Amino acid sequence: MNDLLNNPMILRQIIMDHYEYPHNHKLSDDPAYGSVHMASESCIDDITVQALFKEGKVADVRFDGVACTISTASTSIMTELLIGKTLDEAKRIIDHYNKMINMEAFDVEMLEEAVAFHNVGKQANRIKCATIGWKAIIQLIEESEAKHDETTR
Amino acid sequence: MFDVNKIRNDFPMFDKIDPAKPLVYFDNAATTFKPRSVVDAVTRYYTTSSVNIHRGDYELSYQVSEEYEQARKTLANFINSDEREVVFTSGASASLNLVAYGYGQKFLKPGDVILSSEAEHASNILPWFKAAEETGAVVEYIKLTEEGELTVENFRAAMHDKVKVVAVAHITNVLGFIAPIKEMAKITHEYGAVISVDGAQSVPHIPTDVKDWDIDFLSFSAHKMCGPTGVGVLFGKFHLLQAMDPFMLGGGSNARFDICGNILLKNPPFKFEAGTPAIEAVLGFKAATEYLLSVGMQAIEDYEHGLRVYLVEELSKLPHIHIYNPHAATGIVTFNVKEIFAQDAAMYMSSKGIAVRSGNHCAKILLDLLETSETIRSSVYFYNTKEEVDRFIEVCKEVTLEKCIDLYL
Repeated sequence: MNDLLNNPMILRQIIMDHYEYPHNHKLSDDPAYGSVHMASESCIDDITVQALFKEGKVADVRFDGVACTISTASTSIMTELLIGKTLDEAKRIIDHYNKMINMEAFDVEMLEEAVAFHNVGKQANRIKCATIGWKAIIQLIEESEAKHDETTR
Repeated sequence: MFDVNKIRNDFPMFDKIDPAKPLVYFDNAATTFKPRSVVDAVTRYYTTSSVNIHRGDYELSYQVSEEYEQARKTLANFINSDEREVVFTSGASASLNLVAYGYGQKFLKPGDVILSSEAEHASNILPWFKAAEETGAVVEYIKLTEEGELTVENFRAAMHDKVKVVAVAHITNVLGFIAPIKEMAKITHEYGAVISVDGAQSVPHIPTDVKDWDIDFLSFSAHKMCGPTGVGVLFGKFHLLQAMDPFMLGGGSNARFDICGNILLKNPPFKFEAGTPAIEAVLGFKAATEYLLSVGMQAIEDYEHGLRVYLVEELSKLPHIHIYNPHAATGIVTFNVKEIFAQDAAMYMSSKGIAVRSGNHCAKILLDLLETSETIRSSVYFYNTKEEVDRFIEVCKEVTLEKCIDLYL
């Protein structure tokens, strides 16, 4: 995996694939999904992320909207990484992704294709792009947990 | 004689650019560089005459007040108006808001119509949305041509008896077309309405004559015409300025008041200028205006037009570039690199030393017409050169999605 970090050709291909053919790029009408609209104040990115949580797991994540290459690809990869994970696993992955963006040590294996963004943090003006979808999923997880606490109280 | 190299020598910014990291500044619709005379005027105030205006009984205050009023005369001459009709504001946005609040909210009635266009900058449409909400008036839009141009025919077709205010840009900030403002003013007045013109993108680039055009209000900013930030002008016909309300009250705007709450406001323009203004910026604005006059506004318009025609000609040769306004006359060229998100392409250009703007340029309702959510805007000014255009074209030629992504790997 460490070789991957040093292979810009492959990293570029990962980003291009996810930008040109984003995964899980269609919103659901199912009201069971949580939904959050992320519109950046500083740039044009305007995306909506939806997530469905079932029995402590991320059952599904979807997104749609208008966004740049980095935003679209990083959100697409996020959906792939988190679907099927438990909430705890998902939170760990998000935590490592944020570490990577902040140029701190992170678990390369855990982040899979998301390592394509391991150098984005060098350019502060694109950090927002690389995290917009990830911020959305954090918000959705928190909302879901708050709701869960509410019902089990 | 117009000599761009001589002109560039007047701008300290060009000296400061690292030759190893050349910068082609093509974001002049956002703001402009300042000539040395403007910088000097600002520092001269702070180093030799840093006192308030219109108050002191001492010599220095009198002198600065004279200079401040002299700036008003200079600006009045620049747009061919009377000095009583020149209100200093914090910029075009403040001027446009002042018209919408001070005139629109005072005089509009339920059912009245504010006629505008879908190509307007947020600063010229949001204040009218608010005025409509407050008064029960409604906003209607003049139909634009397919390329986004405002024509006399379409304007006449949109005009009717309910229209009380026409609010349009003389040159729109996304597409750069020059509106037929003189003909529009004539039609507006046939219906007994007033016309408020957003001159933020026009006054810096073409000769302005409010008397000849017979327009009622004109708003513009100093910083887009080589002047300091934080200052602008609202021109208004004197009787309209007299009739409308100030946006705020305070020191300097009233003649007298008493404990019963009776206020006697000063005459325009002073009733609109409560509080200590940006004195140094007004003095810098005067220097900027004098600088533009020394170059000549017609010369500026002609030179920019030539540069624009050349830029569009070269850019049109690139099959992967889509130009949205090939036929506009002014320095604004709006385009996209096909298959690349505007921000990504602009970032790539930035990595090659080209400063352009990506986004929706504060004209969010125009996007339906362009059928794209964002574009890249390049905007030249009279100090830009053919060589800079060539450099810009080179970068446009080489941009690919791969190269845009490679910046982050």
